[in-house]
Amino acid sequence: MSSVFFMLTMGLYFVSTVCYLAYLLRRAETLSKVSLGITAVGFATHTVALVARMTDTGQAQLPTFHEALSFFSWMLILVFLAVEFRRQLHVLGSFIVPLALVSLVTAAAFRSDEASSLQPVFKTLWVHVTLSMLGTVGFAVAFVAGVMYLIQDGLLKSKRFNVLYAKLPALDYLDHLNQQSIVMGFPLLTLGIISGAFSAEIVRGTYVNWNPEQTWAMVTWGFYFAVLVGRLTIGWRAKRAAYLTIIGFAGVILTLIGVVLKSHGSVS
Amino acid sequence: MHVIVVGLSHKTAPVEIREKLAVPESRLREALSRLCSYPGVREGLLLSTCNRVEVYAVVEELETGYGRVQEFLADTHLSLSSEHLTPHLYWHAGDRAIGHLFRVASSLDSMIVGESQILGQIKDAFEVALTHKASGLLLNKIVKKAISVAKRVRTETKISETAVSVSYAAVELAKKIFSNLTEKTVLLIGAGEMAKLAARHLIANGVRQVRITTRNFQHGLELAQRFNGTAVPFEDYKAELAEADIVLVSTGASHYLVTADDVQRAMRQRMSRPMFLIDISVPRNIDPAVRPIDDAFLFDIDDLHMRVEQNREDRLREAAKAEQMVVEEVAVLGQWLQSLEVTPTIVALRSRADELKRREVDKILARLAHLSSEDRAAVEALASAIVNKMVHGTMVTLKAEARSSSGAAYVDAARRFFNLEETPAVYPPGQVDVSELPDENIAGNGVGHLPEASLVQHTSKEQGRRVS
Repeated sequence: MSSVFFMLTMGLYFVSTVCYLAYLLRRAETLSKVSLGITAVGFATHTVALVARMTDTGQAQLPTFHEALSFFSWMLILVFLAVEFRRQLHVLGSFIVPLALVSLVTAAAFRSDEASSLQPVFKTLWVHVTLSMLGTVGFAVAFVAGVMYLIQDGLLKSKRFNVLYAKLPALDYLDHLNQQSIVMGFPLLTLGIISGAFSAEIVRGTYVNWNPEQTWAMVTWGFYFAVLVGRLTIGWRAKRAAYLTIIGFAGVILTLIGVVLKSHGSVS
Repeated sequence: MHVIVVGLSHKTAPVEIREKLAVPESRLREALSRLCSYPGVREGLLLSTCNRVEVYAVVEELETGYGRVQEFLADTHLSLSSEHLTPHLYWHAGDRAIGHLFRVASSLDSMIVGESQILGQIKDAFEVALTHKASGLLLNKIVKKAISVAKRVRTETKISETAVSVSYAAVELAKKIFSNLTEKTVLLIGAGEMAKLAARHLIANGVRQVRITTRNFQHGLELAQRFNGTAVPFEDYKAELAEADIVLVSTGASHYLVTADDVQRAMRQRMSRPMFLIDISVPRNIDPAVRPIDDAFLFDIDDLHMRVEQNREDRLREAAKAEQMVVEEVAVLGQWLQSLEVTPTIVALRSRADELKRREVDKILARLAHLSSEDRAAVEALASAIVNKMVHGTMVTLKAEARSSSGAAYVDAARRFFNLEETPAVYPPGQVDVSELPDENIAGNGVGHLPEASLVQHTSKEQGRRVS
């Protein structure tokens, strides 16, 4: 059942992505309502798919890359719906929904239906994956806010008052969204890394063994730490913060790719 | 009866003519009663603004009605004559007159399309016409509809959403940089008219901190008092830059007062908090070299003009949608007006009465199957007699009042009493005369003429003279 709902969700997010991208180019506001509706239905089917996946195997199974990405996509949409609900920021959907779709499609590529037995260690692994992914959602939203900031900044600087200009929100709101996302994401990632170290200790007896993807993760963590501290102390905000969070998210993606290449399915 | 409008606007007449025709508020009452005193003018409404003077009226005869209203307009000012006015006037009747009012109310005919003042002015004019009883059944309905159409246009299109003045364009841009203006500080350097206007708009949009600096400190103090802000000595304005989120410059200086270095320094102190600089002065007072500086957004007078021009184009696009709404609404109102015609009302009343009689007679005859054919005929005759006597009075009154000033009100009342609202006119109005109707049961058939043309008919005269 899970796979049916999963495919359905992918279809819905695809349609919604198309609508949201068309919305960027069109003056009419009606398209955003249609897109939002489709996204909300997709979110519901996705929730069903996730729950079904958990119960399909009787008990929680080994967290795979598929689960992690699917959960990431789900959280991303949840955050979007929350922001949309509070601020009616329709245009955010044009940036977040495509991202959610990409991660869902990637998740589909790594889907396997073989249930593996759950050893006690994987409970801490679940905590590690969940927290890391929540942190990543924060960075993803910061990334999206950064991209939107740079676009709006560019439009204002070049005085191109087009449809996109009209739809994007004020610069300082985007900067605020960027900051909030990192303030939320960073502690979650920190906890994710700590729990990862604990599970590594259980499996391998060492907390850290400095393999490439662990090193990348630490570099990414250090980078976001610097971004956060820089913002709070020496005014790394606005355009600079936008650039930094885009670079940071690229680092996150690289880490994830490293994890996949190494483990081919299961996250360690 | 005809609904007409005769008038002139910024599109057809220069201000020298408009100002002469304009009726000051104090004289509105007198003007209205003069208008309604013309024979054949049943209702009147006078709309006088700086961009237009229009008379809406309900008249008995189209040709003479146009003449009377034109006479009325020429009489408003001693130096005006009818010949003088004619080239500037437009005439519309029926649907076109109603459509014109709808367009005016929706600000589609305004100098600045989408401005909101005109609706208030129409409401005021209507208020005056109501209190002086110049407006009656027809104009009341039409003007109320015009007001609701204007509201529909405002909510369903984006016609009034964007800034169409340079000073307001500054506010619109500020809102794309700062989501909340409440906590922001404005620094006003120099006090040109446009800058003051922009500052006022910013304050209206939430800005609380206003700092003002002018070469003449005394003048600065006065302005500060007016804007509830603080005056800053002119020598210190550079030091103030770092604290200002929005900088509005408009002085008569012939050199750059704010240089790229000044802004760079300020940005460092501001730790990259964005700064919005508006240069409304010509020659410019802010060095254009400021433009590439990160997080500083400089707009000069040309940028603001360009923004306004784009917004105007947007408004015109929205206006096309609004025009469509006006057409729809005119059609709706046209139906109601048609229902106020006497002839179709009498036809409808007649058929409603016959239908009622038929139904009741059939019902009773079905139960009294034993009756002989003579008895049946008697029953039917009885029913006919009662029904005819019942509606007779109404029909006679309708015909008699058809040409009186309250004719439409009688028709409206009759349609409601006899529940004729849903009944469509059996014959197209204007094609059937009451004299051709089966009338043998109506005693005392001494009725005056009926209106010969429909309210929504246009004459060749109107077509020929119309100024688009």
